[in-house]
Formats: sequence, C-alpha cells, structure tokens
Amino acid sequence: MTDLTWINGALTSARPQAVAALLRYFRDLDTAEEAFQNACLRALKSWPQNGPPRDPTAWLIMVARNTAIDEVRRRRKQEALPDEEHISDDGDAESDMADRLDSDHYRDDVLRLLFICCHPDLPASQQIALALRIVSGLSVKQIARAFLVGESAMEQRITRAKARIAKADVPFETPGAVERSERLAAVAAMVYLVFNEGYSASGPTAPDREPLCDEAIRLARLLLRLFQTEPEIMGLTALLLLQHARAPARFDSQGEIILLEDQDRTLWKRAFITEGLALIDKAVRHRRPGPYQVQAAIAALHARAAKPADTDWGGIDRLYATLEQMQPSPVVTLNRAVAVSKVRGPADALAMIEPLAAKLSGYFYFFGLKGGLLLQLGRNQEARVAFNQAIALAHTPAEAAHIRMHIDRLIAETEAKQKGPVASRA
Amino acid sequence: MLYAILCYHSEDVVCSWPKEKDEQIMRQLTEVNEKLAKAGRLGPVARLLPTTAATTLRENAREEKLVIDGPFAETKEQLLGFFVIECVDLDEAVDTAKQLMQANDGATYEIRPIGYFMPGVKIT
Repeated sequence: MTDLTWINGALTSARPQAVAALLRYFRDLDTAEEAFQNACLRALKSWPQNGPPRDPTAWLIMVARNTAIDEVRRRRKQEALPDEEHISDDGDAESDMADRLDSDHYRDDVLRLLFICCHPDLPASQQIALALRIVSGLSVKQIARAFLVGESAMEQRITRAKARIAKADVPFETPGAVERSERLAAVAAMVYLVFNEGYSASGPTAPDREPLCDEAIRLARLLLRLFQTEPEIMGLTALLLLQHARAPARFDSQGEIILLEDQDRTLWKRAFITEGLALIDKAVRHRRPGPYQVQAAIAALHARAAKPADTDWGGIDRLYATLEQMQPSPVVTLNRAVAVSKVRGPADALAMIEPLAAKLSGYFYFFGLKGGLLLQLGRNQEARVAFNQAIALAHTPAEAAHIRMHIDRLIAETEAKQKGPVASRA
Repeated sequence: MLYAILCYHSEDVVCSWPKEKDEQIMRQLTEVNEKLAKAGRLGPVARLLPTTAATTLRENAREEKLVIDGPFAETKEQLLGFFVIECVDLDEAVDTAKQLMQANDGATYEIRPIGYFMPGVKIT
C-alpha cells in the first residue's frame, strides 16, 4: 500500500490540486511549488512508516503550508520582517482541509493555476512548457525531450515564462461566471495545444513526444471532473481520446505517418474510443454545440467506421460545414473538401478549394489535395504541377515521398497510355 | 452464496498511472480471475469508464426526472468496477477480496452479498 509506485502515483495525482491551493495561499508560484516539493519529501519519509493518510492531497497541502510558514518564521528571525501581504489569511491551517477541497474553492484554484499558464502575454510554446512543469509536474528534462530542445534551453524558457507571469496581475478573488467561462475557454485551448504538440509529431522523435498526448488527456479529464456539465469540455476530452485512440496505428516501422485511410483499424484503442463516444453522446444532449464537440463528432464518425469505405462522409461534410460557420478558416474548408470529394465528387471539391489558393499558398496539404483531385478528374498535367508544389512545401521526407508516389503513378499511367495499343496486343 | 466485490479507487490516481502500470495491474487481476474461473466461482467482471463519462437520472421534489452529468455521488474515491464471485461465506469473500487487493493495491473493496442474480445472455 505504501510502496514507492503507490506514493509516486499519489503525489502526481495530488499535484494540480495541491499546488493550486498553495498558490492561492502564498500568491507566489515559486513559493507554492517549493512548498509542495518539501511536502513530497516529507511524504516519502513519513508515509512508508506511518501508512498513507486518508486524504493524501489534504495531507500534502497541510504539511506544505506548515513547513512554508515555519520557513517564513525562521527567516523572520534572521532578516527583516517579511511582506505579510504575501500570505493570505484566507482560511486558517486548522480548518478541515478535506471539506474545503470539495468546495468550489478548489475548482477555481485549479482553474486559476491552469489559467496562469495560458496567460496571453506568453507565446504558446511557453504556455505549454509552463503547464507541463507546474500542473503536470513533468521534469524539465522530460519537457525538453518532448520539445526536442536542450535541457538548459527549456530551463530558461520556463524561467522566463515564470518571470513574465510574476509581473502580470492575476486576480485571486473568486471569478465571476463570465470570467470563469473565459478562463475555461483559454485553458481548454491550452490543453488542446499540449495535445497537438504531441500529436503533430512524426519521424524518429515522435515516440518522445507521445507523452504530451497522454498528459493533455489527463489535463482534459481533470478539467472535466471540475466542470462536469460543460459540453465543450466533454467535447474536448472526447476529441483527444478519439484522436489518440489511433496512436498505435498512426506510424509505420520507420516512425512515418500512416494516413487514416491506410491505418490498421484493429490497432485502434477500443477503450479510448468507447469513452470518447460516451462523452460526445453526453455532450450532444445539452444542445449547446461548440467547435470541440463538432471536431469530436467528426472524429467519432471516423472511429465508428470499421473500414474506410464505411465512413459516413455525408455526416462529416455536414459537421465541417457547421465548423466552418463556427470557426471560419481555410484549413477547415480544405478538410471539408475531402468529405465533399467523397460525397459529391472531385469537381465540387476542387471548386470549393480553388478560392483558397491565395490564403493557402504555403500549405503542403492544399497542393497535395489539389493534385489528388485533379488526378481524379484526369487533368494529369495540372496534377503534376500541384504535386511538385506540394513537394517543395513538404516538412518531412515522408510527406515528400508520399506525393512523389502519386507523381510516379502519374508517370507510369502516362507511359502505359502511350504504349497502350502495344500492351493490348501483347 | 454470491457476492459482489466492488472496487473503489481515486480516479485522479488511476488516470495518472502510466500505461505500463495500468497494464501490470490488469495482468495481476487477470491472474486472480483465472484462478477463480478455474474453481468455477467467477461470474461477470466489469471495469467501468471514469465517472466523467457517467450520467445520472434522478427525480427532484416535483417528481420530474432529471438527467444529470456525472456520477450519483461526488466522492473522494469512485467505483472502478466489480466482480461477481461465489463464496461459501463472508470469510471466503474477504479472503477473495484480499487477493484482488494484492493485485491492485491502493484500491478499496466493498463486499456486498447478492440477493438476486441473473447471469443474462452472452452479449455480442
């Protein structure tokens, strides 16, 4: 019961809640983190001897607060009087922690901690790094590996981010309803970024980045447990689960991406799909659609298809049309065009993406899809031009190789046509 | 006598397990289950999805049926799953729960005698 893996698990799962509560108390991120670290060290000493506490999180918060206060008192003897403003008198240490943790307080605490990480002053890469360090408790080394940068560079990035939010004024009073929902939206976007950071990786380093997807799912579940009735948080969690369910089928032995159509669907993680479908079903009942729910519903239609031919492309087309209205973006339209090509044919799809040419002139997938559609229409010469443009914009050798395969097929077909009569006689 | 052995744990903790740990626990539990199955004592076993996937139907004071998101009760530990096991008496049920506990330490087990049981059909 008190073996090291159990304790580690308890410390990891207590972290968001505990650091969030300590942040409200100390109003300083470094102090809160340090206090939590000290409490963890004490737990490692005390729990194996005395058995685990009934409520590990409450224990950690209590011990962290007491040791930090002792530290302040000790320093007070050596230095000038500390700044009393740094310690809030919001509740006293003797009060029943367990009760307070169940209150809304705790919900706002965790939301605040997450919200601090996605402060608008911080670039996305810093937001993600900060959330992984502070909320998830990943080590700087782990985060650096996931971002493919050196440890010291990541250390610097996190330190800079912390310095920036220390200057920014984060309100500590309980947020109002509007502010709470704004915070929730910002935090949801940040969780989605964490996921994408892991999901968009390919090549030999992809496995190093996969933990980011797991971490994002953990954060999404944490948010969902705090806001059980928010359909968009259900949608976000469902979206991440449904996409990550494909993880075991997404890469070949070289670590290169396998397209959705070519994936071995028996490798998809059933448990994630079941949970994702259950969540999207729950969300839809609220009749308050949002972008995460729509994206999750699209992922759900893919997940429900046992083989690519079973895919409900009509449904996907309609969902993308809804998403276009919610979040107009050329990339969304481009995705919709894929569904349109399946439902109404390549000519309609091509007509749909041609107006996007100016906006997506630097986008690999635009030219990849355009080439594919032209090819289906038998406009091989134009298809080849589009494919060449795609190759020029490819980010990875695998992307380029995939397009080159199309071109090779084109060349082979053209040659076959030229030799057509000969071949038929043979 | 049939007993339901209900397994409770903190979802925060369980959802934080790395994949290897989760797989290891499932392996250990399967070992216990296989022994019970061999002895002809094992009924249905289920692992539930997190309570975040749960929906609760309840009636308010005006007898309106309300669909509520989330589990029936907000508790520190959540119902993770259950086993239905044939045991001659409570002692054996406690002993069996202890074996399950060894396979999944940190979880809490509630032992409930079953009053009515229908195995149901094989669900495909």
